[in-house]
Amino acid sequence: MRVEQIAVFLENKSGRLAEITRILAEKGINIRALSVADTADFGILRLIVDKVDLAKESLRAGGFTVGKTNVIAVEVPDQTGGLASVLKVAHEAELNVEYMYAFVNKSSDNAVLIFRFDDMDKAIAVMQQSGFTLLNGEQICSI
Amino acid sequence: MMWVEEIESLPRAGLESIQLKRLQALVHRMYDNVLPYKKKMDQAGVKPGDIQSLKDLSKLPFTTKDDLRENYPFGLFATPMDDVIRIHATSGTTGKPAVVGYTQADINLWASVIKRCLTMAGVTRGDMVHNAYGYGLFTGGLGAHYGIEALGATVIPVSGGNSKRQISIMRDFGSTVLLSTPSYALNLADAIADVGVDPEELKLRVGIFGAEAWSENMREEVERKLGLKALDIYGLSEVIGPGVSMECTHSEKGMHILEDNFLPEIIDPDTLEVLPYGETGELVFTTLTKEAFPLIRYRTKDISRLFLEPCGCGRTLIRMEKVTGRTDDMLIIRGVNVFPSQVEHVLVGIEGVEPHYQIEVTREGNLDVMSVLVEVSEQVFSDEIRVLENLSKKIQGEIKDMLGVTTKVKLVEPRSIQRSEGKAQRIIDRRKI
Repeated sequence: MRVEQIAVFLENKSGRLAEITRILAEKGINIRALSVADTADFGILRLIVDKVDLAKESLRAGGFTVGKTNVIAVEVPDQTGGLASVLKVAHEAELNVEYMYAFVNKSSDNAVLIFRFDDMDKAIAVMQQSGFTLLNGEQICSI
Repeated sequence: MMWVEEIESLPRAGLESIQLKRLQALVHRMYDNVLPYKKKMDQAGVKPGDIQSLKDLSKLPFTTKDDLRENYPFGLFATPMDDVIRIHATSGTTGKPAVVGYTQADINLWASVIKRCLTMAGVTRGDMVHNAYGYGLFTGGLGAHYGIEALGATVIPVSGGNSKRQISIMRDFGSTVLLSTPSYALNLADAIADVGVDPEELKLRVGIFGAEAWSENMREEVERKLGLKALDIYGLSEVIGPGVSMECTHSEKGMHILEDNFLPEIIDPDTLEVLPYGETGELVFTTLTKEAFPLIRYRTKDISRLFLEPCGCGRTLIRMEKVTGRTDDMLIIRGVNVFPSQVEHVLVGIEGVEPHYQIEVTREGNLDVMSVLVEVSEQVFSDEIRVLENLSKKIQGEIKDMLGVTTKVKLVEPRSIQRSEGKAQRIIDRRKI
């Protein structure tokens, strides 16, 4: 139940994000979710896209450093306490969040939470045992 | 007293005859005691007896930093180790330092040349000398220290760092003379304002600054901020340390070389021909009087000029222009010698890091800041910030261990560092000195 995410190294200079999105648009790649983590000197762009391998190859050909990692996508009702309920379970299971981001599913009343935990296998088991819905890559792309 | 020794005002002919006698004795000593140099002389077909005039110096082979490295650590010493009483060292191009040794006579000689330099600057027994050069393997601190004592002035061995404490000491002890790198002097000047000390409370009169390049603008600034007369001192560890040459209070054309001990030449770094006085080229020194670690025709890689015109102070010693550059790619960062190859050595030692790098030097406030730009390869890249920050810290830590200099590390995109055909441009120096 893992979702493939690509990560791109962003040097702290203008126009880099524009260049990445230009390349993706040119190749007909659709971005489903993204987040940018930044420090004073550099950033990391994390993307969930419909064509993972094509995106990775195209960005690499464009001169970017690209990595592929697995994350999990948890679907929760888009209402107060939705995120809190997931984090409560994670905390009780002593799972540590490396990073997370979220988007709202406009075709339903749900929100999708993207997580990278320190222990991904355990996280998948814990989430499933606690009754949360985990989405796979195809499901996210069909949203 | 204007100068310590008569030798400083001898007519040129008298000085040159002393230099020749010392040179002849040196060449014999080297030939008999330093096997690597004997081999060089044999290869060049020169015998000690061939040195009949100072002009014959040009027949002798050069000594280079490579020779020092090949004979690391003590291979070029001319006396038994039993006679060596002190070791100093500098950073070297591959991480191996250049090691220099001193006999008791060498330490005495060093003290005497520093004493003469201090006298040129008008320092006397009555002065309180604040010695803020680093103490340790670096020649600056201890070299100056013994000379200040030899003069009979009072030395405060404060060494570098902790600017606030330095200022309290300056005020409370009544320091009259400051010895430091010029950038550290400016740093101290700024700290005075931060500490809230009134510059009027300080008794500083003279500053003797060296170990890095500085400009007339910096001189004007440090003189104004610290209320002292700023003078330039030159030296390098291989030759003896500080005390090779010194600006006098009259001089407007460089530093007097203590040529009765250090015989200078200027050469064309490409053809290796000796250039006439007044022409710009690479400075070369022969140490006429050192025992443990004498050098014949040591190529400093410093670019300068020599002037023979008489000086207003009465000294007949030749003067050298402030060093205007280097023939190699050595950088001086806060008084520490840095070669790009050392940085490269660190980078190739870290798994996954590409040896594509660039060194950017800027001056923030009064301090040199060195940034190393490193390309992020897929091998080291991660989607987690923490991993990349740890990589930066690791590179920073290893460079600090190797060079003793704190650097900033900037991670950049692959292929963003310019690849040039032939020699890569490794250094971008944005300092406006």
